[in-house]
Amino acid sequence: MAKITAREEMAQGTIILNEIEAPRISRKAKPGQFVILQADEKGERVPLTMADTNPEKGTITIIYMVVGKSTARFRDLNVGDEYFALIGPLGKPTHIEKVGKVVCVGGGTGIAVLHPITRALKDAGNEVTTILGSRTYDLLIMEEKMRAASHTLHICTDDGSHGHHGFVTNVLKDILEKEKIDLVVAIGPIPMMKFCSLITKEKNVPTFVSLNPIMVDGTGMCGCCRVSVGGTTKFACVDGPEFDGHKVDFDELAKRLASYLEDEKKSLEAYKKSNA
Amino acid sequence: MAENKEKVPRVKMPEQDPDVRRRNFEEVPLGLTPEMAIKEASRCLQCKKPACVEGCPVSVDIPGFISKIFSNDFSGAISKLWERNALPAVCGRVCPQEAQCEGRCIVGKKDAPVAIGYLERFAADYERKKGTGEVPAVAAKTGKKVAVIGSGPSGLTVAGDLLLKGHEVTIFEAFHKAGGVLVYGIPEFRLPKEIVASEVAALEKMGAKIETNFVVGASVTIDELFAEGYDAVYIGVGAGLPRFMNLPGENLIGIYSANEYLTRTNLMKGYLFPEYDTPIARGKNVVVLGAGNVAMDSARTAMRLGAESVKVVYRRSREEMPARTEELHHAEEEKIEFVLLTNPTQFFGDANGRLTGMECLKMELGEPDASGRRRPVPVEGSEFRIDCDLVVVSVGSNANPLLTNSTPDIALTRWGNIIGDPVTGKTSKRGVWAGGDIVTGAATVILAMGAGRAAANSMHDYLTLGW
Ligand SMILES: Cc1cc2nc3c(=O)[nH]c(=O)nc-3n(C[C@H](O)[C@H](O)[C@H](O)COP(=O)(O)OP(=O)(O)OC[C@H]3O[C@@H](n4cnc5c(N)ncnc54)[C@H](O)[C@@H]3O)c2cc1C
Ligand SMILES: Cc1cc2nc3c(=O)[nH]c(=O)nc-3n(C[C@H](O)[C@H](O)[C@H](O)COP(=O)(O)OP(=O)(O)OC[C@H]3O[C@@H](n4cnc5c(N)ncnc54)[C@H](O)[C@@H]3O)c2cc1C
Ligand code: SF4
Ligand code: FES
Repeated sequence: MAKITAREEMAQGTIILNEIEAPRISRKAKPGQFVILQADEKGERVPLTMADTNPEKGTITIIYMVVGKSTARFRDLNVGDEYFALIGPLGKPTHIEKVGKVVCVGGGTGIAVLHPITRALKDAGNEVTTILGSRTYDLLIMEEKMRAASHTLHICTDDGSHGHHGFVTNVLKDILEKEKIDLVVAIGPIPMMKFCSLITKEKNVPTFVSLNPIMVDGTGMCGCCRVSVGGTTKFACVDGPEFDGHKVDFDELAKRLASYLEDEKKSLEAYKKSNA
Repeated sequence: MAENKEKVPRVKMPEQDPDVRRRNFEEVPLGLTPEMAIKEASRCLQCKKPACVEGCPVSVDIPGFISKIFSNDFSGAISKLWERNALPAVCGRVCPQEAQCEGRCIVGKKDAPVAIGYLERFAADYERKKGTGEVPAVAAKTGKKVAVIGSGPSGLTVAGDLLLKGHEVTIFEAFHKAGGVLVYGIPEFRLPKEIVASEVAALEKMGAKIETNFVVGASVTIDELFAEGYDAVYIGVGAGLPRFMNLPGENLIGIYSANEYLTRTNLMKGYLFPEYDTPIARGKNVVVLGAGNVAMDSARTAMRLGAESVKVVYRRSREEMPARTEELHHAEEEKIEFVLLTNPTQFFGDANGRLTGMECLKMELGEPDASGRRRPVPVEGSEFRIDCDLVVVSVGSNANPLLTNSTPDIALTRWGNIIGDPVTGKTSKRGVWAGGDIVTGAATVILAMGAGRAAANSMHDYLTLGW
């Protein structure tokens, strides 16, 4: 169980795709839901969104950025290796409905999370415009898949190496000036989601974002993942991970994500040393 | 038994020295020697109508197992215990004996009661080392399949009993290890995980299948379990929803629920970081809110993780503290401070969102409340500050709705607990039983086990006779 059946490197090896055997989860999972993985018994429980599922084949796909010890450990797993633990599907699925015109904004591995949601929104009959951003074009993932899942696709790069030179928020602003948009979905780094939400709030366009606080169990039993939404505390693993972007306290989330910076550094360095 | 029994004083449990143990995770009590156990057993009067048994929620034959110890038949003692209690090594360590068997013991009227808990533990540990006790025989296969959801003490009890009655049992557990609170909550220094693992291994040897990393309600629903061929379902998912106090600043870095703090430390082995990957904050000045067993475990864990000071802040007085007497005693020996009649009002943090302190109010005791305990009322203008960099909120837990939300046809109380028949554990859904903390709210290991045993009997009737 939880055997890796396919593996791909993306964005110059900084982002990894795993297809994993998980028949039960693949049958149950809906867009927006996540799993928790552990590489071995001593490993951390790492939440990752399902970028795709294939119920016929009995597999799920995860796409993750290598940022610390646990994801570095995952990167070192090959096709045929098994994860020690795989739990899911967790979290509330995205509420998919026909609302009219939708703009999907994605950055980093947020694009992987955005993909099944975008596809489902299009399948539900919405007119979907997608804006993807990355630091530089080489780091952009899933361009072709996102093109197929949308009616219109815009690419933005911070360094101007492809598409619009600048941030996704500029393109979003332009679109909102020109058209009446019914829903915005923004998934990516916290500053991106925060500024997208600020822009859409001015125009009163409903917006949801997908939050990635630190988690332990993912079933609502620990409260590690608590986030403030509209002044009340929510547990992102069971009440989310998607929330109304206009109500989320992004600054608190950003701070809480830095809870273990020192320990994370120590852990990654020890891992690198043991592998050298 | 022995003559002049009045004169034998209650045995003193050998323990690790407080100054040493407050910095390690090894078990605190070291256990009785056979000589000590036999001598302690001699204090039992072998009452005709034993009051201790009335105090035991599962009616262990206490004089029976004690008399076996007295006559040096330790294997006989464990067999007696097993008749009523599947997890004696656990119960000997964590039951609130002073409120149960020992609280009723007749010897205790004039002298210290017989150390029933220590003796239970002795018999179980002896058996674990020697493996000579007679394992109960398994009945002929019935061909019926049972799903047990949750591997805490209640689920393990149901599984054990139904296996013995010849049914096929699969346990579904959300975490990667079986044992429930016994593995994720209660720390190593109070209940070594090797004991829980050996109890679980014994069940597997009897034929139990254990599916870990399996969240019922997410990976599968109860109706789907029935569709997959299960004939009956037991829900023993515990009370896994932490309560917070809803105070300003509660999401600062450094404020944990006890569930998170203990899960990171015990289940994920954060105390062994970085050998294990999951980090846990090591506070210098720690405050624990609450005064139950969970609070004591959190406070003593913080001390072992290197704290300079650990304060237990509780809004009532010493007498109302709900923790086991032994835990309070151990905590004090380990230099945990008690700040009583005090309630937090808000938390303070720095620019990075890290906890730096909290504000408290002094309380005084007023009229008795619904629980019969005197209600703490704030003393006006008594605000004061406690500096701290770690707070563990241990003020109780509620029912986790993950499973029950996925099964709307199971009737709940207005607090979200499952309504189970008090005698049989039957729920409002055909073929489904429930017991333990998910029914009673956070309670005790032995009550969860008692509920499991009652449900197993009722489930057996259903599987052989009908609903
Ligand atoms: C619901 C959810 C879905 C997610 N989906 C994806 C995804 O599809 N692709 C992807 O690349 N990432 C995703 N993440 C983030 C991913 O879980 C973290 O990047 C990962 O845990 C980092 O672990 P690490 O040991 O490699 O890095 P660490 O060194 O532990 O941490 C690096 C940074 O990652 C964050 N982090 C650490 N531990 C956790 C944790 N347990 N949960 C969340 N964040 C943490 C912290 O901000 C930390 O500073 C998701 C997170 C959540 C909560
Ligand atoms: C820190 C702490 C200290 C304690 N100290 C004592 C003590 O000294 N003495 C005493 O008598 N009692 C003590 N208690 C209380 C006692 O541990 C509990 O009353 C008892 O464990 C309840 O047993 P249970 O079987 O109902 O549930 P639990 O032990 O809570 O087990 C429930 C299990 O179900 C699993 N689960 C939950 N949801 C799902 C799902 N949807 N699918 C699959 N699995 C699921 C959980 O992961 C867990 O493993 C303590 C509790 C804590 C937290
Ligand atoms: S009440 Fe005390 S003396 Fe009497 S049987 Fe029980 S343990 Fe022995
Ligand atoms: S991760 Fe534990 S409650 Fe959400």
